[in-house]
Amino acid sequence: MQNAERPVFELVDVEKVFQVRKPGQRFGRQTVGLHALDGVRLSVGQGASLALVGESGSGKSTLLRVLLGLDAPTNGQALYRGRAIREARAGGSDFARDVAMVYQDARGSLNPRMTIGALLAEPLRRFAVVPEAQIGARVEQLLTRVGLPADAAARYPAALSGGQVRRVAIARALASEPSVLVADEAVSGLDVSTQAQLLSLLRRLQQEMGLTLVFITHDLGVASYLCENIAIMYLGRIVETGPTDAVLAAPAHPYTAALRAAAPSFFQPIAEPLPGEIPSPLDLPAGCRFSGRCPRVQGDCHASDPYLARAGEGRSVACLHPLASPQASALAGTFQD
Amino acid sequence: MTALLNIQSLTVDRGPARILDRVTLEVGQGETVALVGESGAGKSTIATAIMRLLGEAQTSGQITLDGAGDLLALRERDMVGLRGRRLSMIFQDAGAALNPSYTVGRQLISAVRRNLGLDKTAARARAIELMTQVGINDPEARLTAYPHQLSGGMQQRVMVAIALAADPDLLLADEPTSALDVTIQAQIVRLILAQTKARGAACIFVLHDLALASQACDRIVVLYAGQVVESGPARDVLENARHPYTRQLKSCVLEIGTRDLIAPEGTVPSHRDMPRGCRFATRCPRVQDRCWAEAPPLEGGAHSFACWNPE
Ligand SMILES: Nc1ncnc2c1ncn2[C@@H]1O[C@H](COP(=O)(O)OP(=O)(O)OP(=O)(O)O)[C@@H](O)[C@H]1O
Ligand SMILES: Nc1ncnc2c1ncn2[C@@H]1O[C@H](COP(=O)(O)OP(=O)(O)O)[C@@H](O)[C@H]1O
Ligand code: SF4
Ligand code: SF4
Ligand SMILES: [Mg+2]
Ligand SMILES: [Mg+2]
Repeated sequence: MQNAERPVFELVDVEKVFQVRKPGQRFGRQTVGLHALDGVRLSVGQGASLALVGESGSGKSTLLRVLLGLDAPTNGQALYRGRAIREARAGGSDFARDVAMVYQDARGSLNPRMTIGALLAEPLRRFAVVPEAQIGARVEQLLTRVGLPADAAARYPAALSGGQVRRVAIARALASEPSVLVADEAVSGLDVSTQAQLLSLLRRLQQEMGLTLVFITHDLGVASYLCENIAIMYLGRIVETGPTDAVLAAPAHPYTAALRAAAPSFFQPIAEPLPGEIPSPLDLPAGCRFSGRCPRVQGDCHASDPYLARAGEGRSVACLHPLASPQASALAGTFQD
Repeated sequence: MTALLNIQSLTVDRGPARILDRVTLEVGQGETVALVGESGAGKSTIATAIMRLLGEAQTSGQITLDGAGDLLALRERDMVGLRGRRLSMIFQDAGAALNPSYTVGRQLISAVRRNLGLDKTAARARAIELMTQVGINDPEARLTAYPHQLSGGMQQRVMVAIALAADPDLLLADEPTSALDVTIQAQIVRLILAQTKARGAACIFVLHDLALASQACDRIVVLYAGQVVESGPARDVLENARHPYTRQLKSCVLEIGTRDLIAPEGTVPSHRDMPRGCRFATRCPRVQDRCWAEAPPLEGGAHSFACWNPE
């Protein structure tokens, strides 16, 4: 680490277990533990950008709730600048001001009875970002920054399009002058043109304001455009992580490779898809949790559960038989136990 | 060869808003055609108009289905005979399209009975066969499942089975995979392509993703604000786009490794203040005086486009 400072976020073997009713039992009181997160290790430095990618149910939103301090990990440590996240969150407004969130359902996250101006003024007042007299001017500045006309301040969310509402949500997140922006599928479901507008906006903000970005997406194109690093999740685990370009150019985990192949690409034949569906987290296969769908599965995969281990420059993979990437094969001998 | 489906000058009005404006398009036997364009462009309206399920709207023009004549002129009774048999549709959200209070077996079997006139036993056998074809393991057991007991991908497979039950000539798939995970998306698109091909059926895919359209479809029809602005073989439209809007749409597609993204300015005009001439004029980098005054016609042969100043 060149940076002597503590990382913005650090997760050490984080586990999140939800108690749910036993499957098949409609009325019983017996519960079982559902591992939404299992042994997650992650470090996000100041100014870094990280994409979290995985199928639905893989644990992305749960991970985000842990990062935001909304859920406490069942086991392991979740740290914000060296301090337990829950503690940091409880200890005053600094955390809430520094770590801003953009929700997937932007419209649902905005009070429909408040004007856009009032919605933006609210965090400005709550965190006393500027003196009362300057609030109007700052609202206007925020609108300009996200590419909305100044007259949007007088309108209600219902009078804005889906893309504009997402811009408001981003402006609102930026109001407290955070250094960290956490976003859950902030551009999914939008038209490609609106998506392109928002992504270039986010990239500009990131460059101009040095924002640290944690971005959930299922779109590898979005991840590769916006984020320097990527973490691929499968059933509560991070199965591969590293620099986005390197990981996507030569995936080491068979699941990453499958995601990569499934991403639409002009005039390529549609790749042979993975068989089957993501299993229930209550009914994990023995050994590697990807073994039921993995094209490279071997006998030992059913016996031992691989964990995330180093596999080249800044990269890690949780697989007993990773794909040979140029880096991984060079380092195969140094695989840590 | 006569086209399977020929749409001429289809216009749809909802009150004062012209939702579709003189849409012309053709689908050959066994052909796969993609409808692409931004939200609100009219893609679903075209598919719904073909099924004649638009409800309140005012519709004019012709939708000619080979062997059935102009669908817009048919009596509702004759149209009922075509739906599910020669024409069928799959929607984006399979969960919403299936009835939550009936088992998937009951829904599939009743579709088979209705459309093929089979008795109960034969219909059940056919349902099991269909479920196997769409890749559902252990079909006998799955027949007794309720929709909520199946994943989104499985639900969409059931929808594909229902839609294909009567071997339709034309399948309309309105964003059948946009609610699904990428790996499941690929499974469903491949399934629809394989099953329509095996039956010699044609398919209209409504898609948001141009890259996916290029992978799945023979021809691409680009819509903007209710009009066809460009249409032709997938390669011509995407690699030699003549309409500025098609180029813009393509430049917004993020592939892995895309570094520069040219984000277009502005938004689609609302129906209240639609430009009089070319509807794209408010956002077009190549706009000229003439574009504001006169709407460009859709011209050309297999590859046609509507623009006064094409690329
Ligand atoms: N029932 C309705 N009543 C009034 N207007 C409607 C109705 N259905 C659709 N429209 C309007 O018709 C236009 C075309 O809608 P359509 O659903 O066909 O678009 P689309 O291209 O399928 O968009 P999307 O990509 O969002 O599904 C839009 O402006 C829409 O608001
Ligand atoms: N509050 C909760 N109670 C019980 N199970 C939950 C809860 N939140 C999430 N889960 C389960 O945890 C797993 C991961 O969920 P989530 O983090 O939402 O995944 P993603 O965001 O990747 O789709 C899923 O199996 C989900 O059903
Ligand atoms: S450990 Fe085995 S089953 Fe798991 S991903 Fe690697 S090769 Fe596949
Ligand atoms: S007709 Fe004019 S405004 Fe319309 S797309 Fe062509 S150049 Fe642009
Ligand atoms: Mg989620
Ligand atoms: Mg639609």
